[in-house]
Amino acid sequence: MQWILDHLDDIGYYAVQHAWLAGLPLILGLLIAIPLGWVARLNRGFYTPVVVGTGLLYTIPSLALFILMPLFVGTQILDPFNVVIAMTIYTVALLTRTVADGLAAVPESVVASASAMGLGRFRRLMTVELPLAVPVIAAGMRVAAVSNVSIVSVAALIGVPQLGSLFTDGFYRDFLDPIVAGIIACVLLALAFDIVIVLFARWLTPWRAA
Amino acid sequence: MSTRTLRASLTALLAVAGLTLAACGNSNDALNSGGGDSGGPLIVGGANFSESNILAEIYAGALNAAGIDATTKENIGSRETYLPALKDGSIDLFPEYTGVLRDYFAAKSGDTVSATDSVGVFNELKQVAPSYVRVLPFSAAEDKDSVTVTQATADKYSLKSIADLAPVASKLTLGGPPEWKTRQTGLAGLKKLYGVDFGKFTVTDAGGPITLNALLDGRIDAGNLFTTNPQIPAKHLVALEDPKSLFAAQNVVPLVRQDAYSAQLQETLNKVSKALTTEDLVNLVKRVDVDKEDPKDVADSWLQDNNLS
Amino acid sequence: MNEVLAWLTDGANWQGPDGIPVRTYEHLLYTFIALAAASLIAIPLGLWVGHTGRGRFLAVNLTGGLRAIPSLGLLFAAVMVLGGVVHGDAGIFVPAELVLTILAVPPILAGAYAGVEEVDAAARDAARGMGMTGTEVLWQVEVPCALPLISSGLRSAALQVVATATIAASVSLGGLGRFLIDGLGQLDYPQMAGGAVLVALLALIVDLSGAALQRVVVSPGLTGKTGPSFRFRPRRAPVRAT
Repeated sequence: MQWILDHLDDIGYYAVQHAWLAGLPLILGLLIAIPLGWVARLNRGFYTPVVVGTGLLYTIPSLALFILMPLFVGTQILDPFNVVIAMTIYTVALLTRTVADGLAAVPESVVASASAMGLGRFRRLMTVELPLAVPVIAAGMRVAAVSNVSIVSVAALIGVPQLGSLFTDGFYRDFLDPIVAGIIACVLLALAFDIVIVLFARWLTPWRAA
Repeated sequence: MSTRTLRASLTALLAVAGLTLAACGNSNDALNSGGGDSGGPLIVGGANFSESNILAEIYAGALNAAGIDATTKENIGSRETYLPALKDGSIDLFPEYTGVLRDYFAAKSGDTVSATDSVGVFNELKQVAPSYVRVLPFSAAEDKDSVTVTQATADKYSLKSIADLAPVASKLTLGGPPEWKTRQTGLAGLKKLYGVDFGKFTVTDAGGPITLNALLDGRIDAGNLFTTNPQIPAKHLVALEDPKSLFAAQNVVPLVRQDAYSAQLQETLNKVSKALTTEDLVNLVKRVDVDKEDPKDVADSWLQDNNLS
Repeated sequence: MNEVLAWLTDGANWQGPDGIPVRTYEHLLYTFIALAAASLIAIPLGLWVGHTGRGRFLAVNLTGGLRAIPSLGLLFAAVMVLGGVVHGDAGIFVPAELVLTILAVPPILAGAYAGVEEVDAAARDAARGMGMTGTEVLWQVEVPCALPLISSGLRSAALQVVATATIAASVSLGGLGRFLIDGLGQLDYPQMAGGAVLVALLALIVDLSGAALQRVVVSPGLTGKTGPSFRFRPRRAPVRAT
């Protein structure tokens, strides 16, 4: 316990690193998943290849993706950017299906009325379908956020500094305190992401007053 | 929700993403180019065991005291992981060990090496080191790999040196880091030099807690522990003697990226190398691993004791 | 790329205690044990929560909380704490399985209680009306109706466990993760990439097996693919939501 109090600044530094390593991919992943999810719904034949195809990316083990990234992207070996790209891939894998399903959940009648009112495809997507899909997408984002926070800690095995570094530090020294600190910090960080996403979704959907 | 709100939020997301990308792009440049190039701090790396991290902190502390801006990156991993990082500029300086480093480079370049004494090993190291790095003068402080067994095992098979393992090794399990599967200073060397061929090799870690616990637990009969490990005396373990010098001289030596080299750097690190002793290493590692102190605090106190801060 | 294929097809890599078949078997073993243990805990618990409606708040928060625990940290902590208590090879195996089980519980628990909760109230009513007792309603109506969500939870858990068992190699456990960790230590990219491909393939096979099992086990009446309304369904079926 004392160790945790003494090292709050280190823990804080790691937490900030962890936050952007897990959070930035959430945003990038969403921005990529929205058009992908839309494409999946364009045509009956597209759904399975797009959704299942991106879903397959999630089966790639995280450690492998972190390590092999420099080979594909040409970044330097210890560059935390490898982690960001890998995490974005995982986020896209999780969110594409969510976006597609969220758009599918919009009632046909609403979509039809929007078209009848003269809205083109893009405007309809932006002003009608996406807003109505926010609850489903937000639920998916919450799952993705928790998943990201947990997976990023694995990058400690290749020396990328974040909360996972507390795990390796404690383990190599046979010292439980940093590990406990790291676990608590990760859970709190996941909670923080969760709250932010819920609040943001609520702000975006004022009609769901309850 | 109005179009405006959705557009605004998407734009905000894009902006946040863009800013973060830009920000980390900048910080990465600063970190990656290191001291020699564009004025960012020198990055001293540490491998995945305490002693390496302590040495990294000592180097960084001494450099900072001498006016060279330095930071550390600890727990990077094995040599196979961090040497490429040294090459591409992710790190600039690394505390190394003469013997294993020489063997590593020699295996890559195909040279044969034979020296086992400190000076001989160092000279060969300088010859085989690739052009992107520079080897600085070595320290008397030494930390070697070892094949360690429990007192019970040593008594059972009358083991004092690695050579004594030859007749019984096929019945025994060795534990060590994954690198030992391919390194000359690993399974290959044990077989070639001593005729010791273990029945089984279990990957544990490089002289770390898994190896130690596996040894104490009986999961492995012999394990790779480092000679400065305070647990060897504490748990009555026996580090087998190495008369044929499989693990040749292993003096602590700074390895610096050619582009990050400067005369002042060498001068500062020379002072550190001169002051460092093997006893110091044992004490420092004990403080971090057993007393759970921070590598940085332990490094700072050593620097103070030796008037290098 | 070619190097990876070379490694995968190299006969030497398929033999011995370090070979691909042994590691795959180990990986499946770890996964199976964890899933079985987690199901033993989570399914009864979830069924109870869904059926009685009690403890829902606790179940939901427990699921969310457990999901947020980082697997690597839990793994290290478990090995450190239990390594002293349990000796020998079990000193690594037991903590690792414990962690894998804990990680598998949330998806299965969520699938179980959500599955039972979402059973059509009309079906429950009809069962009651036919004179079934609470237990009979549970086993003969609610569980069969909940099967799609339960098996979906199991599939999700399986994926989690396969992925985390990979990392368990860092505490010297066996399994396909060994190729990743050992490859990392030796910076042997073909070995690492080969290991990655194998784990991904294994995860895929496990997932597809789950899907096949789901199709076999779930009553056809639930899929909406039988009955008069199905035969006269509109030509363009709506996009599947699962």
